[in-house]
Amino acid sequence: MPFKIIASQCTSCSACEPECPNVAISEKGGTFVIDPKKCSECIGYFDEPQCVAVCPVDNTCVVDTSLPRYQARA
Amino acid sequence: MDVSALDEASSAGNAVGIGEIMQAIAEHKGCGTSGGSGKASCGSQAGQGDLPTEIWDKVKNHPCYSEEAHHHYARMHVAVAPACNIQCNYCNRKYDCANESRPGVVSEKLTPEQAAKKVLAVASTIPQMTVLGIAGPGDPLANPKKTFKTFELVAKAAPDIKLCLSTNGLMLPDHVDTIARFKIDHVTITINMVDPEIGAKIYPWIFYNHKRYTGVEAAKILTDRQLQGLEMLTERGILCKINSVMIPGTNDQHLVEVNRAVKSRGAFLHNIMPLISAPEHGTVFGLNGQRGPTAQELKALQDACEGEMNVMRHCRQCRADAVGLLGEDRSAEFTSEKVMAMDVKYDLQMRKAYQAKVEEERVAKVAAKQEEVAELASEMSDIKLMVAVATKGSGLINEHFGHAKEFQVYELSMAGAKFVGHRRVDHYCQGGYGEEGRLASVIRAINDCHAVFVAKIGGCPKSNLLKAGIEPVDQYAHEFIEKSAIAWFKSYLDKMQSGETQHTQRGDAAIRQGALSSAA
Ligand code: SF4
Ligand code: SF4
Ligand code: SF4
Repeated sequence: MPFKIIASQCTSCSACEPECPNVAISEKGGTFVIDPKKCSECIGYFDEPQCVAVCPVDNTCVVDTSLPRYQARA
Repeated sequence: MDVSALDEASSAGNAVGIGEIMQAIAEHKGCGTSGGSGKASCGSQAGQGDLPTEIWDKVKNHPCYSEEAHHHYARMHVAVAPACNIQCNYCNRKYDCANESRPGVVSEKLTPEQAAKKVLAVASTIPQMTVLGIAGPGDPLANPKKTFKTFELVAKAAPDIKLCLSTNGLMLPDHVDTIARFKIDHVTITINMVDPEIGAKIYPWIFYNHKRYTGVEAAKILTDRQLQGLEMLTERGILCKINSVMIPGTNDQHLVEVNRAVKSRGAFLHNIMPLISAPEHGTVFGLNGQRGPTAQELKALQDACEGEMNVMRHCRQCRADAVGLLGEDRSAEFTSEKVMAMDVKYDLQMRKAYQAKVEEERVAKVAAKQEEVAELASEMSDIKLMVAVATKGSGLINEHFGHAKEFQVYELSMAGAKFVGHRRVDHYCQGGYGEEGRLASVIRAINDCHAVFVAKIGGCPKSNLLKAGIEPVDQYAHEFIEKSAIAWFKSYLDKMQSGETQHTQRGDAAIRQGALSSAA
């Protein structure tokens, strides 16, 4: 399950963008979005999802439950 | 825009007639909202005083460092740094960094290229603009690429502009060498505590080394990094100003300790700002009812710290995209849309000529004050009182009471006139008709003053002021502030001696909560 950004809460502060180890985050139409194909939930890089840890608005970077869990590549 | 275009702009148009210079001066005379002079926060009455020459050279024309200079020179901020890496309880990240702006303001975000063009456009229009600061809207060092790219572009195109930056300090140690390389000679660090237990009440979390830290652990890392960064900067001869937000009941007592800690590490200036917290700003402090200090509480703390080191009293907590003299905001003239459409001619010669003119003005003002101070020496009294002044700049009493957006406050005593702060107010006079409510709020803002000096005042506000116990004084219209204030103080002392009036204490005043905006 990759992460997603709830656009209505995003302040467009850009803090998450450079933190993502997979360069999954980019600006789109004034707010930031996560590319679900690139997001690895930070598995293999960090203990906590970086976008969640840096985002100033709680519960803005959240798990997208509509998609399957990320499979760590062997 | 590429850099070569900027270079071209900077070398274009060197030939300016004296007429144009005078025109530029005339245009800018009336646009400031600040004025006067007093104890320069850089540690001396009106000049270099006991400061080492190399430091004096760095600060004398810097409006945010020298109280005296801020009446004559302007700064601008560009908002290129939206991200932040900590959370402060007095900040709502929907708005700009509350360490550097008043809470609740939103700046127009710019790319480094847009920012550089804006700087050139402003510098060409406002010749007294000598300082570019990057202060947000988040933390500049949480956005190092954008911040340093902007400095690089500006340094290339406009080498006479001083660069400064403001930070929460978390990433400071990592960037000190870059800061030195870019010849950034002023850095402001916001330090609200040196005790992590207190820090935990101010900062819910920080993001550091790919991890979110909370509580005392977070505050410990933050204070260690801030003090380390401060030491590294002062070692390299870079001037550091410390901002502290005074939060009554949380860090107000503690700030005396902060003052000592930063002084011992070589900080040059300590700026203690009031917490501004209104519920509508949506900050943690705003919502849980944490109040800000009153004018009296703030002044008492500033006085307590002043024995220790220079304290700055003229900070106006301006916004991250502010343009103009302190207390004035012309940013609406320079929105990115307007700037991108401008054809910018950067004219170093014209700027230099203008700044030479300003120097003459400053000298004249200082001389006028010294005459009066010398005469005051014959009086004997230990009375101290405060007066408010309506001014639009150049150190003169030159603003109509009803047009004043802010009042400068001076403390008068046998030592002379000392600038102690400013009080922002809403325009009292709207289209010629004063409204009762606004007048009442002006009176609240200067309620601790015995008199208010104005260039002009209407009959109705005059009688209301008198009723409130504040003497309206218009006999010194268009004269130098300090000279006039001291002359008035002398006659006040005389009246008391002859028994004509009795000295009474004034009450406290309120600090206005709203944001400084150009629309006011
Ligand atoms: S969880 Fe990690 S990988 Fe996924 S978007 Fe956030 S930072 Fe990038
Ligand atoms: S950190 Fe949060 S608020 Fe900032 S851009 Fe990313 S999702 Fe938006
Ligand atoms: S450092 Fe500034 S932007 Fe960051 S949370 Fe604190 S006040 Fe807000």
